[in-house]
Amino acid sequence: MAQDQHHHSQTHEGSELSPIELRVRALESILTEKGYVDPAAIDALVETYETKVGPRNGAKVVAKAWVDPEFRAWLLADATAAIASLGFAGRQGEHMVALENTPDVHNLVVCTLCSCYPWTVLGLPPVWYKSPPYRSRAVLDPRGVLAEFGVMLPEATRIRVWDSTAELRYLVVPMRPGGTGGWSEAALADLVTRDSMIGTGLALSPETVGVS
Amino acid sequence: MMGFGRVEPEPNEPWFHADWERRAFGLTLAMGATRTWNLDQSRHARESLHPADYLTSSYYAIWTKALEKQVLANGLVSAEELKRGHALSAPVPVRRVLHADKVAAGFRRGGPAGRPAEVPARFALGDSVVTRTINPSGHTRLPRYARGKRGVIEAVRGVFVFPDTNAHGRGECPQWLYTVAFLGQELWGREADPSVVVSIDAWESYLEPT
Repeated sequence: MAQDQHHHSQTHEGSELSPIELRVRALESILTEKGYVDPAAIDALVETYETKVGPRNGAKVVAKAWVDPEFRAWLLADATAAIASLGFAGRQGEHMVALENTPDVHNLVVCTLCSCYPWTVLGLPPVWYKSPPYRSRAVLDPRGVLAEFGVMLPEATRIRVWDSTAELRYLVVPMRPGGTGGWSEAALADLVTRDSMIGTGLALSPETVGVS
Repeated sequence: MMGFGRVEPEPNEPWFHADWERRAFGLTLAMGATRTWNLDQSRHARESLHPADYLTSSYYAIWTKALEKQVLANGLVSAEELKRGHALSAPVPVRRVLHADKVAAGFRRGGPAGRPAEVPARFALGDSVVTRTINPSGHTRLPRYARGKRGVIEAVRGVFVFPDTNAHGRGECPQWLYTVAFLGQELWGREADPSVVVSIDAWESYLEPT
């Protein structure tokens, strides 16, 4: 394909850049020269998603739902508002829906068409979520995908897969592990993994985090 | 499609695997902020890459190639400029340029896609529906696996911008959006796992009553 055939070039340092690095550099140079982008804005965007947004946000939402029945009810009825009340509103979280895991139903979220993901509560998605194996198999063989993640559900548990084909963004609320009675929200949040909020994992048990 | 193999999570995966990925991410969002195009157009630019290119490109390589398509298609950059790696002609005006001090506010505001309801919803919770069998050459959010399938309205979500038109500059044309649930066996056949239910979020024009 013609677009791929950029000639390699030498940088000032004499090292060779890959074709994709060259393309990105070329784009950034041109777009900056033309005044369409401000490189400082790019830095700020990157910093936001590397340091300010991530699954610790979602873990706080889940932990609060575990301890506070009113918040849980609000989260399940109007996730956008409930999550916003904790300060986690924003881009790719404008239309939130919370999905409650129960002993009867396990929820799993995917975007088969691209990579739609609730950035505001989980940060940017991992590569596996955006790649063809997960995107194709989550709807086709969710039990097999879960087994690959080490999640073995009882046969009687139904699996509910949510394909995020619109702007709704789904947050799974994993079941609260046993042996956590009386725990603080902060300690509970430490049990809530990123994968448990996508549905490819379960919340950690107290034993796993070395607490008896 | 099938046959892609195992899901392969990377332990302790970093947000970005190389600096070029950071820049590709930031460039894409910053160019989106110029309001030259909308998010549906960006998705379409990615999804309309040649399938072989799409499937063999890493995620941010897809974003980069799509961004090149978009700046070319919108007359912001020429092919010669992309080849040479620097500007050769004066810029055309854009609606807006994102500066660093506006990034936080923009993040908090986001880009809500909900719109006011102007007509009643055609379908209600619990209705049986069938998805239309369509095969548009342009952008759609009705996955192939869910075309011509019988399901049930599980939720009525409100009115949202319609990507199939918005991605082609034909307007937002907002429609009622529904979560439609399908038995796994409806999608994949009688030998499929009977414990599986799959849903999509479908705009009203994707659906017919049964």
